[in-house]
Amino acid sequence: MPRRTDIESVLVIGSGPIVIGQACEFDYSGTQACRVLREEGFRVVLVNSNPATIMTDPEFADATYVEPITPEYVEKVIEKERPNALLATLGGQTALNAAIALHENGVLEKYGVELIGASVDAIQRGENRESFKHIVEKLGAETARSVICHTLDDVMGAADQLGYPLVVRPSFTMGGVGSGMAYDEADLRRIAGAGLHASPTTEVLIEESILGWKEYELEVMRDKADNVVIICSIENVDPMGVHTGDSVTVAPAMTLTDREYQVMRDLAIGIIREVGVDTGGCNIQFAVDPADGRLIVIEMNPRVSRSSALASKATGFPIAKIAAKVAIGYTLDEIPNDITKQTPASFEPTLDYVVVKVPRFAFEKFPAADATLTTHMKSVGEAMAIGRNYTEALQKALRSLEKPEARFSWKGSPASELEPLLEAIKTPHDGRLRTIMDAIRAGATPEQIFDATKIDPWFVDQLYLIHETALQVSAAPRLTPDIIKLAKRHGFSDLQLAEIRGLTEDVVRGVRQALGIRPVYKTVDTCAAEFKAETPYHYSSYDEETEVAPRETPAVLILGSGPNRIGQGIEFDYSCVHASMALREAGYCTVMVNCNPETVSTDYDTSDRLYFEPLTCEDVLEIVYAEMQAGPVAGVIVQLGGQTPLGLAQRLADAGVPIVGTPPEAIHLAEERGAFGKVLAAAQLPAPKHGTALSAEEAHVIAEEIGFPVLVRPSYVLGGRGMEIVYSTAELSAALERLGGGEAFEHPVLIDRFLDDAVEIDVDGLYDGNELFLGGVMEHIEEAGVHSGDSSCALPPITLGNADVENIRRSTEAIARGVGVRGLLNVQYALAGDVLYVLEANPRASRTVPFVSKATATPLAKAAARVMLGATISELRAEGMLPAVGDGGTLPTSTPIAVKEAVMPFNRFRTIDGASVDTVLGPEMKSTGEVMGIDDTFGTAFAKSQAGASQPLPGSGKVFVSVANRDKRHMIFPVKRLADLGFQIYATEGTADVLRRNGVEAVTVRKSSQGPGPNGEPTIVQMVQDGELNLIVNTPIGITQGGSPRLDGYEIRSAAVARNIPCITTVQGLAAAVQGIEAQRAGDIGVRSLQDWVPRIRGV
Amino acid sequence: MSQPALLVLEDGRSFAGTSYGATGETYGEAVFTTGMTGYQETLTDPSYHRQIVTQTAPHIGNTGVNDEDDESQKIWVAGYVVRDPARVSSNWRATRSLDDQLKSQGIVGISGIDTRALTRHLRERGAMRAGISTELLDPAALLEKVLQQAPMVGADLADEVTTAETYVVPAIGERKFTVVALDLGIKSMTPKRMAERGIEVHVLPATASLEEVLAVNPDGIFMSNGPGDPETTEHPTTLLKELLQRGKPYFGICFGNQVFGRALGLGTFKLKYGHRGINQPVLDRATGKVEITAQNHGFAVDAPLDGPVETPYGTVEVSHVSLNDNVVEGLRLTKDGKVLAFSVQYHPEAAAGPHDSAYLFDRFVELMEGRA
Repeated sequence: MPRRTDIESVLVIGSGPIVIGQACEFDYSGTQACRVLREEGFRVVLVNSNPATIMTDPEFADATYVEPITPEYVEKVIEKERPNALLATLGGQTALNAAIALHENGVLEKYGVELIGASVDAIQRGENRESFKHIVEKLGAETARSVICHTLDDVMGAADQLGYPLVVRPSFTMGGVGSGMAYDEADLRRIAGAGLHASPTTEVLIEESILGWKEYELEVMRDKADNVVIICSIENVDPMGVHTGDSVTVAPAMTLTDREYQVMRDLAIGIIREVGVDTGGCNIQFAVDPADGRLIVIEMNPRVSRSSALASKATGFPIAKIAAKVAIGYTLDEIPNDITKQTPASFEPTLDYVVVKVPRFAFEKFPAADATLTTHMKSVGEAMAIGRNYTEALQKALRSLEKPEARFSWKGSPASELEPLLEAIKTPHDGRLRTIMDAIRAGATPEQIFDATKIDPWFVDQLYLIHETALQVSAAPRLTPDIIKLAKRHGFSDLQLAEIRGLTEDVVRGVRQALGIRPVYKTVDTCAAEFKAETPYHYSSYDEETEVAPRETPAVLILGSGPNRIGQGIEFDYSCVHASMALREAGYCTVMVNCNPETVSTDYDTSDRLYFEPLTCEDVLEIVYAEMQAGPVAGVIVQLGGQTPLGLAQRLADAGVPIVGTPPEAIHLAEERGAFGKVLAAAQLPAPKHGTALSAEEAHVIAEEIGFPVLVRPSYVLGGRGMEIVYSTAELSAALERLGGGEAFEHPVLIDRFLDDAVEIDVDGLYDGNELFLGGVMEHIEEAGVHSGDSSCALPPITLGNADVENIRRSTEAIARGVGVRGLLNVQYALAGDVLYVLEANPRASRTVPFVSKATATPLAKAAARVMLGATISELRAEGMLPAVGDGGTLPTSTPIAVKEAVMPFNRFRTIDGASVDTVLGPEMKSTGEVMGIDDTFGTAFAKSQAGASQPLPGSGKVFVSVANRDKRHMIFPVKRLADLGFQIYATEGTADVLRRNGVEAVTVRKSSQGPGPNGEPTIVQMVQDGELNLIVNTPIGITQGGSPRLDGYEIRSAAVARNIPCITTVQGLAAAVQGIEAQRAGDIGVRSLQDWVPRIRGV
Repeated sequence: MSQPALLVLEDGRSFAGTSYGATGETYGEAVFTTGMTGYQETLTDPSYHRQIVTQTAPHIGNTGVNDEDDESQKIWVAGYVVRDPARVSSNWRATRSLDDQLKSQGIVGISGIDTRALTRHLRERGAMRAGISTELLDPAALLEKVLQQAPMVGADLADEVTTAETYVVPAIGERKFTVVALDLGIKSMTPKRMAERGIEVHVLPATASLEEVLAVNPDGIFMSNGPGDPETTEHPTTLLKELLQRGKPYFGICFGNQVFGRALGLGTFKLKYGHRGINQPVLDRATGKVEITAQNHGFAVDAPLDGPVETPYGTVEVSHVSLNDNVVEGLRLTKDGKVLAFSVQYHPEAAAGPHDSAYLFDRFVELMEGRA
């Protein structure tokens, strides 16, 4: 059965901004879908508000709408484009929810759009817990005993019936939002209350606890001829109770007999049929009682999921791609297996290796958040590793996290007390495996570990195997080839061996290499070598035979960015993928190295060769060696993957690896304060007064000298980690304490004069050694002091004049030349008065490269990759990759305004007592993702950016205003405008007085600290909790991490997060919101594809 | 400490590893199987008789050995090759470790070698004779002994694996049919699958005569899987011809498919490295449906895919093909549009393996009911 001919155009909905629970795996799946649909000749219309995605590159769709994924906006796209079909199963829960809304409000029917992939009925049967339960029972299987509840009363009744502990699961939310484990009534009221609110259908499931059971997932695929295959089985090392996204997981399942596995397989097939997912993939989760094998079906996702991305990378079976193909009518046997070419996709991949996925958390960004792992996902990223056995894969995965405390270490003596460790491992937490290993070192028995964790004894034994190997390494009289080989087979890094032996990593590496002990590279081939693999998708192993093919074409290695984390995510992957595309086209053999299974870069289709490997010096050096054995290597690119590869640059260069682009010495020039200061001085560019302190004492001297407020931060960080603005000596002491304290610092601490009230400007440029291409100039909406990654910004800059931009150009060029950049450069400026201060320069791809590329219709990262390999900007202009004339600093007046808005994960975290964490923005980055709004004017673009970030601006209603004294003057005009637009203004006493004196009527509201009034007047926090307000403006008093005056504000803001009410925390943000609200009220906001904007950007 | 072991292939390639299971020396045909689950069923499958089986899945033994999953009375593989044997058994049904089980049955194995390299070698060069030894650790010396072994081509092994005595597997519930199953290396799940459908299964030795078969007065005839080269299997082929002549409904699995082919005058040939795994896609040419099958065969039937062939018993056509390589995976014999007999090259009893093909036992019932 060939593809359907009755449809011509397909609308694909993406998943929007990166949030916890929904990350770049949906860019991977969506990109695959778009590619398939275009290859098949369909007209592809795409909606996705996330500019940092590959799928929103204009060449992946015929019409790309970077517009909010809301029913209103998607309807506008449908009205304009009139697609025949909608594919919504590849854009996560966001796309699925949008599709259901469009079905329910009749839009799909009105425009005759057919939902392909999964029908609304199937989606609802799969996601509605009651109907799903019926399906499972019909198949003769069990679900956990549970009760569906719609009110808190229902919930309490259910608790009486089932007994504690209980699991709360809201319906139709993704990543387990609102779910949790309740041990008593207080827990239950809190979790179920939030869950009812989080569920779009006000529905939660209260379920018996199956805590400690073994947990499994199967990835299933079905075509319209009812052929069903299981792509992958995944086993969670962390038993039931931890969200699968936060669990360490293994593929294939390790502790099932065939009989048990086949029972699961039969059920999975039965479920996908009964639910009625006609075409496409789904994911089904199971729990097994380790004592007697009782099997329970937990849930299904009737769509491609995060686990599907993992399963695709784990097996080489591209689930999203095949799901798209079966959605348009192919059957599995008609689709070739890409990897073998000779066999079809209608089979079940079999693995001759082990895959381990480990989550990466960001609790350090939210110190107040409860770090216990529960059924509510909290990780921000993940790393995957492949090895020929579990120990090798596990240790590779742990070092892929790039957190020194994540991997196992035998440094120092074991803990003297075992009890505290056994107690600690009872609670699932980030790094629990490490804690378990520490317990093993301290003498724990396997039974003790099992009793405390319920981790399957086989997995526990594997930890003992690793530990015993470490002991053998330690006890050996010297590092013999046999000992090194043994350790390497169990995944030990040179660094770990060095620690155990009291040597340096370089010495261990030297010995190992001198002995000729190097990894070989095996191939992920879907079939355990039964057929020849045509796709060089490799992983390392200390085994016997390597499969790297010799080649003649010069290779370029691109080092990716590793697991997603706050400050380093999809934006860097975007640049890496672009480099690969551009260099492939330029005739190089591109070799990608990365360990993040969510990404497009780790799709085996993206580059000529893929190494799924940790991004450590050791692992990269071995790949470089292997590729040098295979053929000529033109160079290694380190400047596109963020801080991860950049941090390796010097060591790689020292080991003789050819780094292309900006050399490591130049990177050092930009990153090292003193050296950079000399570059600025030579170019006569002003910078805020600053100093570098190596001790607390020095820090105080410097701060006094340059005057408060000052910005304090450690050197060599990304995402403003540990960065603070301090206003006094006392605050400075506290900040230094938080940076690690001590008399002497491990890394220098940078202290800068903080420019209050400055306009912050971000610039991305490209320099070839001779010419600067100013990629884009972004004006931040928030004042300087909010991390650039969290701040919203506009491009072209909305208030800067030509003279400012020319000044920026000159400064950027001077820095690029002074530093010695070859490729991309990001510079942050602050414009205070008329002085343009240089805040910092980063000689690498920045987070904003994809945004700038989209807003200016120029592929900056592609051009950068070419420049790194020797092309000049004028050559790239002649080729047409860059515009023939002009650049991002000379955009015509017809250019639309693009606004980038950050998306925050605050709703994901709770403190230990269950309160929300604070939402104030500061110099440390906290956002997980971004959206773009693009339109003719700033107001409209801003309104779109807010809608895209799930914080739509209200059109009318009640606004609460409470601002810090220093913001009161700036607040008057915008609030007056809101009042004029008909909003009712509420304010706390001080703010209300100021407003009244300026002719704005404001209702005075009691502060939370004042408590309810004598006649029961609610406090502001109560009003927020009751959902009475439509917009909240609350600027914090001072931007420090401590201090009680901010408590009121904190309560307001956290209540706003809990109720999902837009909350503005800066006056600049307020001004922008007012413009957005005005634009919304001025008339219907239209939608326009990126392809349509291009002539306006190019000025033709 | 662990004892060294050596694996040598007949073309001289050798792999040094560590002893697993029993110590000693063993010889057989080196093959690989790609199933990720079901090592216990694999080891006890008589079709692996005289073969040294390599598991491509690296971790073997994790769930130990239990009392329910054996497919016959003993482990049949001649030798066992794994990469990472489990140190502990973890499963609520496990009663002992695989290592102990291998030792107690004297199965010589090797672990810790690059099983993927071995698999790739066998894929490129074909299945071949091999030896494993924990005593003779000089590759050249072991190779010499490997070359003295008989090859699989031409091996008639049914007699070595078949039951000595006839036994009956009673129907579960009401008995609807009686079937004679000729044991050419039958797996215990096969009669069980028939019994579940109301069939009383009389399992007869491979040497059973026509008279002995007819004495049971069967409603249908079944021939099982089993080891060896089908070209050498004269008696079952002759027997089947006689039974077809008498119009007995027939169902064959694996070796039983090859015997069926030969009875109908078709040839058989040795595949380069065979089909061994539980993920093998097969197309049912009548329905266009794909089933994921368990397979374990080194030989295949040579039949034209493009059209039926006339035989003295009726018209035979290829009912199922492998989607991986178009190997014949099933035969159907019809006369005047009515099905008389059928067989498949794969394992619908699926132990280990997926249950997609269990419908074939229903078809056998339909055949005996005269509804097919």
